[in-house]
Amino acid sequence: MKKLPLALLGAICFCACKFNSNSKTLPIYGNRSAVTQTVNGQTVTDTVYATIPPFKFVNQYGDSTGSKDLAGKIYVADFFFTSCPSICPIMQRNMLAVYHAYKNTGDVKIVSFTIDPKYDTPPVLKTYADKLGVAGNSWWFLQGNRDSVYKIAEKNYLVAVSKDSTAAGGYVHQGWFVLVDKQQRVRGSYDGTDPKQVAQLVDDIKTLKMEPAGGK
Amino acid sequence: MKIKVVLGVCALLAGLIISCQGGDTLEFNRYYSEGSTVYQTHCQNCHGGHGEGLNGLIPPLTDSAFLKNNLHQLPCLVQNGLDGKITIGKRVFEGKMPAATGLANIEIAQALTYITNSFGNKLGIVNVEMVNSDLGKCR
Repeated sequence: MKKLPLALLGAICFCACKFNSNSKTLPIYGNRSAVTQTVNGQTVTDTVYATIPPFKFVNQYGDSTGSKDLAGKIYVADFFFTSCPSICPIMQRNMLAVYHAYKNTGDVKIVSFTIDPKYDTPPVLKTYADKLGVAGNSWWFLQGNRDSVYKIAEKNYLVAVSKDSTAAGGYVHQGWFVLVDKQQRVRGSYDGTDPKQVAQLVDDIKTLKMEPAGGK
Repeated sequence: MKIKVVLGVCALLAGLIISCQGGDTLEFNRYYSEGSTVYQTHCQNCHGGHGEGLNGLIPPLTDSAFLKNNLHQLPCLVQNGLDGKITIGKRVFEGKMPAATGLANIEIAQALTYITNSFGNKLGIVNVEMVNSDLGKCR
């Protein structure tokens, strides 16, 4: 008889924990604005979140690839260059963990933008992908116009990149892995040089996969 | 009486050997532990925490035969970097290893001691005298 309240308490705790893990949501990053509209005579205010604007670059196979191919998909973005001597190798080593976790699911992709488009042409990117052991279309290495890539990096993915002849390799950039949801909204930013944060990223993708494609 | 003398001499010899070994081991340990820090700062990003390299992009540091055969070129490779093809463990790697500029000779010796005695390698100490002499002969 005495054990009953204890068991009940245990059950409640268990449910609470379970409920918590199911209802986990990721924050939505970027500027947001409230849009007030009149729908059927009633005033409705909606929050509009920042999204990644449309872009169109070229992937390692020489195909035109962009936001159209990423619509309705979850993806992880990072910025690198193939001749990078500093943090890129460790970033791509950690990104391989994401690649191996989701390479067989069509709705999760990885997009690595080169910040050295002059040198990193599609054939160079293809050789790099081959050497890294990356095949298929779940990880794209994109070459785009330098200014467009830098602009999208800083304004939309919130990653600082710049050309700097005094830095090793000639460029400085941050090692963030940026998680983008099915609606093109930034949902997370992870230190790509830290295996622990990358493991968290792999986990958070599972949470995002549970969200419907059309809205919250 | 005789036995005592023999025993004494033996003990003295044993003591000498142990203390000499102790000195060598101590020097090795110093190089090795300092080398581990140098490695983490200057080498690990590319070559990995276990010297595993990065698939076909960056060669591993686990090929003991290569390290042994090229032991006297290693200081030059670290200091001046490498550009071009290199065959390691029957695999060809092509690319550029940046020069580790700003490393003192002693740090190169420490890092090499760490590398050549980790990841399954066991080649003994690379001390600063060896590095000084090898660096004088860089091509």
